[in-house]
Amino acid sequence: MKPAPFEIARPREIEAAVALLAEGGDGAKVMAGGQSFGPMLNLRLAQPSLVVDITGIAALKSVREEEGAIVYGALVTHADVEDGRAPDVGAHVLSRVAAGIAYRAVRNRGTMGGSLAHADPAADWVNALSALGADVEIAGPSGRRWLGLGDFLTGALSTALGAGEMLVAVRVPKVPASARFGYAKHCRKVGEFAHATGALLVDPQKGTARALMGAIDAPPLVIADARELFGGRVDAGFAGRFDATAAAIALFDAGVSDPVERHIHVEVLRRAVRQADGLFSPQSSPSSRSAA
Amino acid sequence: MKDVTQPGEGVGARLPRKEDDRLMRGRGQYIADIRLPGMQDVAFVRSPLAHARIRGIHVPEDLKGRVFTAADLDGVKNIRAVSGLPGFKVSEQPVLATDKVRQVGELIAMCVAPTRAEAEDMAARVELDLEELPALHDMLEARKPGAALVHEHWGDNVFLESLVNVNIEAAFDAPVKVTRTISTARQCMAPIEGRGTVVHLDHRMDQLVVYTASQMPHIVRSGLSECLELDEGQIRIISPDVGGGFGYKAILLSEDVCLAWLARKLGAPVRWLEDRREHLTANANCREHHYELTLYAERDGTLRGIDCEATVDSGAYSAYPFSACLEAAQVASILPGPYDFPSYRCRTWSVATNKCPILPYRGVARTGVCFALEVALDALAAELGLPPEVVRLKNLVRPEQMPFDNITKKHFDSGDYPEVLKRALIAIDPEKVRARQKAGEPDGRRIGLGLSIYCEQGAHGTSVYSGWGIPMVPGHEQAGARLTPDGGLELRVGVHSHGQSLETTLAQVAHEILGIPVARTRVFYGDTAMTPYSTGSWGSRVMVMAGGAVATACTELSERIRRIGAHMLQADLADVRFENGRVIGPHGDVGVNEIAHTWYRRPQDLPADVDGGGLEVTSGYKPLRDSGTFSYATHAVVVAVDPEIGEVELLDYVIVEDGGVLVNPMVVDGQILGGLAQGIGTALYEEMAFDSSGQPLASTLADYLLPGAPEVPAPFIGHMETPSPYTRFGVKGIGEGGAIAPPAAIANAINDALRPLGVEMMRSPVTPRRIVEQVLAAREAGLVEKQGASANRSAA
Repeated sequence: MKPAPFEIARPREIEAAVALLAEGGDGAKVMAGGQSFGPMLNLRLAQPSLVVDITGIAALKSVREEEGAIVYGALVTHADVEDGRAPDVGAHVLSRVAAGIAYRAVRNRGTMGGSLAHADPAADWVNALSALGADVEIAGPSGRRWLGLGDFLTGALSTALGAGEMLVAVRVPKVPASARFGYAKHCRKVGEFAHATGALLVDPQKGTARALMGAIDAPPLVIADARELFGGRVDAGFAGRFDATAAAIALFDAGVSDPVERHIHVEVLRRAVRQADGLFSPQSSPSSRSAA
Repeated sequence: MKDVTQPGEGVGARLPRKEDDRLMRGRGQYIADIRLPGMQDVAFVRSPLAHARIRGIHVPEDLKGRVFTAADLDGVKNIRAVSGLPGFKVSEQPVLATDKVRQVGELIAMCVAPTRAEAEDMAARVELDLEELPALHDMLEARKPGAALVHEHWGDNVFLESLVNVNIEAAFDAPVKVTRTISTARQCMAPIEGRGTVVHLDHRMDQLVVYTASQMPHIVRSGLSECLELDEGQIRIISPDVGGGFGYKAILLSEDVCLAWLARKLGAPVRWLEDRREHLTANANCREHHYELTLYAERDGTLRGIDCEATVDSGAYSAYPFSACLEAAQVASILPGPYDFPSYRCRTWSVATNKCPILPYRGVARTGVCFALEVALDALAAELGLPPEVVRLKNLVRPEQMPFDNITKKHFDSGDYPEVLKRALIAIDPEKVRARQKAGEPDGRRIGLGLSIYCEQGAHGTSVYSGWGIPMVPGHEQAGARLTPDGGLELRVGVHSHGQSLETTLAQVAHEILGIPVARTRVFYGDTAMTPYSTGSWGSRVMVMAGGAVATACTELSERIRRIGAHMLQADLADVRFENGRVIGPHGDVGVNEIAHTWYRRPQDLPADVDGGGLEVTSGYKPLRDSGTFSYATHAVVVAVDPEIGEVELLDYVIVEDGGVLVNPMVVDGQILGGLAQGIGTALYEEMAFDSSGQPLASTLADYLLPGAPEVPAPFIGHMETPSPYTRFGVKGIGEGGAIAPPAAIANAINDALRPLGVEMMRSPVTPRRIVEQVLAAREAGLVEKQGASANRSAA
């Protein structure tokens, strides 16, 4: 398990990285924290001719606040979020997700941008940030552009990144005080990639809800107006009206043909719903323990 | 044979491990730490197919002389691990494939380069022309007539079939009969350190020096000598620090033979370090059993008989030295476990398939039979409406029957089996658990209580193994003991210590006899040039056998010390005694240090007729009976199961074991904890699955799930000490027990939780997916009241 030979470059500027990627063409790959890419290199699943190590680009490590959102540089690590070095979009919203990613050693090096660009359907950022309606900023030979995560994630391990492009930042909307975010995942052991992820962002005051079912071998299934899962409205007691059948039908329509998988996904979403509703604390449920 | 156990550093002391100072500081020396000048790395070209005829191997012109295939291996014989059991069919395992490959990962060519990465680059350029053959991935299919053949000349795929029948017909009229199909998954052993081998030529000694991570260095030497047709004296095996063995490092691998050949061919040091992918997909497989099991019983739970058909997937080849039949043939003899009943029949098949050879893994066949019998006993208890502990107490062998010969003539040396069950029940408190179970959980999870009991035959010797006819039969175990000129002690043993803590515990045994401080005692092992012959560390034998040998050698040494001491004290031998490291006479005493100094440095002070044997002894040991020690335990566990998602949480875990006299109870706790982690892996996580073309589906630890620290609870461990009447100090082998009972106990707890839903899990590992599948199927069949969401039916 040693990588095939490759060249490695470590640029200091985004523009330099983009130039290297454009020059390297299909054979060039970006490496950030390397927590997924490293093993892929060693297993020779990835055999790039050029690895562009972007960890020397200081601009990618910054975090800035905007009106109603926080913009995270692509190199912000899971541990930065977990430990609060990077500000959160709401009380314990992202820090809780970050703390449940893999193991601490992975969290120390793994990055938010790397995780999204790798686009593993079971990854926490792919799912949590999709549920929160995040956008990503892309730099490429023709400049910068913003894309919603829903458009960025085009398939399992596949994104809308074009030739010479790289992800540079992630903009996550702040979660208002009136809203609650439920996030649950089913892993067979602590630190494992999830087999099912469920998330619900609900604001009973505004009467809005956004639900997600992820880790379905495809980009996550986002139900942008999730009131349909609660009999059409998300006022008090909405969790008790959770319509498992509607969730299962949505999964079926999204191509999840296996009834056992569907059942598990729906039940994991149910946990996220209960969590958001505050019906029971995250600590009392084993599957959300790793995310707690 | 009653030796006095005293506190301090001797037998029974909870002494911290001497080896930890080195290992915990990262100063251990493993195969991968060895650097030899000019050493080259090897990567193998392995079969990508499970079953194929080799039509051609194309080595690029520029790689000639650095890539070697079977055609280059002059003078290398196949690995042949025979069994003397009647009807056994021999597999010829070429160390590099010749005409055919029979498993994914089988070695086809070896590539040698200055670095492993370059060797892998070369391996990627070797082209294979393979004609794919139908692959056998299912042992039950492979057993059927007309199946494709792994070894054509056999005519079928059965290494060995066996039958034991003790009056089974007498059980047929029993009022209760419970039949179940039960299976355990194929697993990988996954020690933290994989295999690895470094070989170089020692021209001075005219020896091939083979550094290899082995728990049985002397057996590796015999195996290599047979394959390479070298004198054993031309080979020296050094097994340095070994990061876990569990049986995997008992095996002579093709890779070892290849490397030894290559070092001779090149005249330069070569190295192969197994990577995790090789480990998982090509080598370290174990455990795959399938049972059709019927229990016959009275309505009060009394067992009338057990009838079993057991099949073991032995994989493509018979592994050296334990053979392809160790598991299945043992199933027949150990399935009865700790129970006493009058009728028994067991047929077994060891079946060849296109998978890795099955290797002996901690617990060996015992984990499978314990799982099968204990989950079936719970099914019987449920059928009878009796608590599982009641059914077990009805049938456990009783203390007044000891020593006890069971239905398969296993000789239980001692013990009180009902007592470990009773103590485990007190600790787990079934009443409280069942009350909680009845009350229900606020989060919808279901509570279950599970038990399992096993017995572990350990240190079985000549009389047992001579019957198997495999390449290795343990005889007397030997140990060397040498007093150094300054009164320190050196012990030499042929077993290995790869987690067993022998550097500490054998020193404790020696201390018990000689009174020499443990800190001044060194244990040498893992080098055929420095240690007496031994079959090595396997079968829960080292403390019984090597401990007994050290005690024997030290006792002989103490007599020599006493004689020299008597000279020095100018006393009659009859008037002096040896105690706590001193020879005590009527008018004075003299210590070991002084005696050693005199023997080595001032021989002029000793009379001419002094015993020339001096202060160095090698001596041998066998227990009074070599049919094995029987340690045993009850495991009890409480689980919470989420029936909608299938998650299982272990809420409480209790182990009460009897390992005879414990040399170091803390070390025993460590052995139990490690075994428990592995048993939890078997129960809930670990599975090496194959697709229908024989491709292994887990090639990294992301796919092959091992329990981590959060998945392993801290158990309550209770000890009982019933001495073995046959061994020195009354010790029993305990090395494997921790890994034997957990799968059955945990499955029983899950079944206790889920039976009201019409669900019974009879296959390990019990995964969330399998639980939910069964829960939904039971609902579909209307077996129980509707629970939770039922959305999937309407969407499906």
